[in-house]
Amino acid sequence: MPMERYYQPEIETAPREQIQALQDERLVKQVRHVWEHVPYYRKLMEEKGVTPDDIRSTADLHKLPFISKHDLRECYPYGMLAVPLKDCVRIHSTSGTTGKRVIAFYTQHDIDLWDDCCARAIVAAGGTDEDVCQVSYGYGLFTGGAGLNGGSHKVGCLTVPISSGNTERQIMFLMDLKATILCCTPSYAAYLGESMKEMGLTPDQIPLKAGIFGAEAWSEEMRQSIQETLGIKAYDIYGLTETSGPGVAFECSAQNGMHVNEDHFIPEIIDPETGEVLPDGVEGELVFTALDKEAFPLLRYRTRDICVLSHEKCPCGRTHVKMCKPRGRTDDMLIIRGVNVFPSQIETVLLNLGYPANYQIIVDRVNNTDTLDVQVEMTPEMFTDSLSEITQRQRQLVDGLRSMLGLTAKVTLVAPKTITRSEGKAVRVIDRRKI
Amino acid sequence: MSVNQISVFVENRPGSLLGMTSVLAEAGIDMRAFSLAETTDFGIARLLVDDVIGTSTVLKDAGYIASLTPVLAVEMPDVPGGLNRVLQTLADSGINVDYTYAFTGKRPGAYMVLRVADHARAAAALAGKGIRQLAQEDLSDL
Repeated sequence: MPMERYYQPEIETAPREQIQALQDERLVKQVRHVWEHVPYYRKLMEEKGVTPDDIRSTADLHKLPFISKHDLRECYPYGMLAVPLKDCVRIHSTSGTTGKRVIAFYTQHDIDLWDDCCARAIVAAGGTDEDVCQVSYGYGLFTGGAGLNGGSHKVGCLTVPISSGNTERQIMFLMDLKATILCCTPSYAAYLGESMKEMGLTPDQIPLKAGIFGAEAWSEEMRQSIQETLGIKAYDIYGLTETSGPGVAFECSAQNGMHVNEDHFIPEIIDPETGEVLPDGVEGELVFTALDKEAFPLLRYRTRDICVLSHEKCPCGRTHVKMCKPRGRTDDMLIIRGVNVFPSQIETVLLNLGYPANYQIIVDRVNNTDTLDVQVEMTPEMFTDSLSEITQRQRQLVDGLRSMLGLTAKVTLVAPKTITRSEGKAVRVIDRRKI
Repeated sequence: MSVNQISVFVENRPGSLLGMTSVLAEAGIDMRAFSLAETTDFGIARLLVDDVIGTSTVLKDAGYIASLTPVLAVEMPDVPGGLNRVLQTLADSGINVDYTYAFTGKRPGAYMVLRVADHARAAAALAGKGIRQLAQEDLSDL
């Protein structure tokens, strides 16, 4: 096994006591910074009867009020800004898929620490200055492209800022420049893999060695399939625009959870109903506190991602806590025949099999049994004049959903553009059950 | 020799086929042959027309998914055993028929559309037995 490499070994492998001391120091400072500069959060603290004097270490973290997406919308666009606007050098924004956009602000310091986090992820995936790193995340307001681009620069990779889309061009650059690291969403990686397979490219002809895939929930099955088609190691990366972007946590060679960059972020798992902090190994809602971001420093931000934390010793040598792959968002989860189903799981299966992300999930209850109907739009690529070929693909989809969800779903192919598009996120789920 | 069939995706629900035929009617398109294969939730409408490109464009502009497939269109005398002779020829050559449908023109006799796995071999086998096949431009004279 090759020796594990780190981008910032002194902090990535620091003894726990050292990380703890750093967090204590930074938290106290950060709470004061927010108290002094963010009236919105100061008010939340006052309502809870907490002042900066009550926060002496991370042990006092639980005393602080939570921030939710709702709060961020309430104080759009500048309400959470903690520095003068002139000190900010950039913004990024959420897609606004679940409502009003959230705009996150960055000082140069914030960009630097974010880039460092992404650089750690690239090095953990085996990246060096010898690598060609193709960044196929979207560039622009979305944080994916900018984050990995910054990290790739820090590592010294030759960065290919190709952004998302145009699969043919992606493959051309990937093959011609012999890209060794691919950064994109897992579903796009799967799609690229399928397209390359269709072109007759075998994994040993594909120069890639590693992929860093995030920005959406994906399963272990999908990892296996991507690894096989592309002949790479596929690593997960986690982040949110609200907390800076990708790189809040990243996977190491152990590929069984993501190390949270604890010198910059404190993760907590809480009971989404009561807000009570839960111990290691217990599933709950993931909450982040940014320790040293200047412009947009969220304290106890509720991500709505369902997750588990683990402090178990990692064979990679990193000492930072690990979070599991998030199961999905709390507000997206459906319970069908007693099984927890996240729309993202269904999306994963669809995208994995080459279907577009135009789908709708219809849940109903017939004779006391829940039914799950996944409606998928037909595409010119998937259409042939042969009924048997189309129904066979339909069956593949049913099988794929069964293995992902443990449930039998009905798959209905519908005409193009019949699933309603909206300005923001499409309405993915129609629940007709009257419970 | 072959003709180009247009295959169109239609949902299996009341009025969806009508939606497609209305588009064709409004564009003044005359169909030579038409067939529908269906499952419980969708179907594939297959049609032969004179102007393949024009018709495909009209359908695509109206938001339909339409693809072109070369199919064999063979002439059969209107006598017992007419179809049998065509199928016998294909079976003798070990050629599988995926689907088939029939249509008529103004002249006596009927035409059979055949979608086969091995197009070239089927065409050669049929020609060998003197079975006449239509070319795309023949459709306008039927």
